[in-house]
Amino acid sequence: MSAHEIHALSGAYAVDALDDLERARFETHLAACAECQAEVAGLQDTTLLLAGLSDTAPAPELRAKILADIKTVRPLPPVLARITPPRQRRWTNLVAAAAVLGVIGGGTAIWQNTHQPTSSTPSNVQADRIMQAADVQLFNAKVGQNASASLFRSKEIGKAVIVTRDMTAAPSGRVYELWLRDKTGSLRPAGLMTGRGNAEVVLTGDAVDATGAAVSVEPAGGSKSPTTSPIAIFDFKQST
Amino acid sequence: MSHLQPVPSGDPSPESSGVAALAGLLRRSARGDEQAFAELYDATSARVHGLVLRVVRDPAQSEEVTQEVFLQIWRTAARFDESKGSALAWMMTLAHRRAVDRVRAAEAVNRQDTTYHQSTHVVSHDSTAEAAEHSMEARRVRAALAELTPVQREALELAYFGGYTHTEVATMLDLPVGTAKTRIRDGLIRLRDAMGVGQ
Ligand SMILES: [Zn+2]
Repeated sequence: MSAHEIHALSGAYAVDALDDLERARFETHLAACAECQAEVAGLQDTTLLLAGLSDTAPAPELRAKILADIKTVRPLPPVLARITPPRQRRWTNLVAAAAVLGVIGGGTAIWQNTHQPTSSTPSNVQADRIMQAADVQLFNAKVGQNASASLFRSKEIGKAVIVTRDMTAAPSGRVYELWLRDKTGSLRPAGLMTGRGNAEVVLTGDAVDATGAAVSVEPAGGSKSPTTSPIAIFDFKQST
Repeated sequence: MSHLQPVPSGDPSPESSGVAALAGLLRRSARGDEQAFAELYDATSARVHGLVLRVVRDPAQSEEVTQEVFLQIWRTAARFDESKGSALAWMMTLAHRRAVDRVRAAEAVNRQDTTYHQSTHVVSHDSTAEAAEHSMEARRVRAALAELTPVQREALELAYFGGYTHTEVATMLDLPVGTAKTRIRDGLIRLRDAMGVGQ
């Protein structure tokens, strides 16, 4: 999808008329495009006018139900500003918005306008190419209680990139290791990740024939095969 | 529990509560203030539920979604950032996304035996909108909607109230693939400009 085409999705994005993959792609674009950020903000405000056409009070019992429910739910803490390289910050905001509201793992998200400049390193250029590839597939997984991860794979490029959000740093002396599952079901090492905060990492190795991917906690330096059970698993058969 | 009773109010619409007031209630909710959350609920529940019902249609399911939306608002209130948009915009965007997720999930389950019926074109305005019909703002919005081209209006309504993707909208309106998104965007921009949003 060309840059010109992707700008044109702003209206459909504002009314949630994109499918999951288009949405993920557009949000990637949005994080870096000031023009679309301004336009989406204005168009989302415009949708509020439409929302105001249908006011209907819910059944009175719902109020008591909800007010009873919240007593059992702890409000999440605010997202604290983290000191991260500029490029990572763009994902911090983007994926933050998504993860906060649970889009990753199949829920709901709202994009909130951010105006972070971006810079690109070679690996991030490759990550972008994967995420923008015509044949890209998107897989989501929860990591523990609060963290989440998205994995983008392009068979054309032959690579996959993982984007994590809200991971806690690996315990001291340990790292997160990435794995690609081959046709026989074995997990092959695909790189390491320190895991603190948010990250975007291109998996090493060929992702074309992989049937899945996983993340596990391993001793510093990584392992040849997982020594603990994976904390996140992506099954490539379940493409969205 | 008496402190959680509805606050008597002549006009419980979000507008009457004021933008700053809603943001304040949201901030207090983030700190666990149940009274503030109850006030927030009273000020916005008709708006949230009305939109959810419009998209989801089934009353029982709509109530579930409204419940989920408010729990999500309670859980994630600390993540609302006032510098990036109004409290109401944040809440309504969240409500809409959840309503759309619900109808699409239901549709995925029933995909085999479901085709898009032409009859779903007609988005009913009547049943739910009576109260709002009388407000000045609603009249202005309707007037502005009437200024859109029929295709812009229909595409926008199918997307926003129907929860359809732009690709589905294109098929439903017999538009070439890829043009529905342009109609939706054009329609929104025209509406935005007619209503002076963001000026
Ligand atoms: Zn753009």
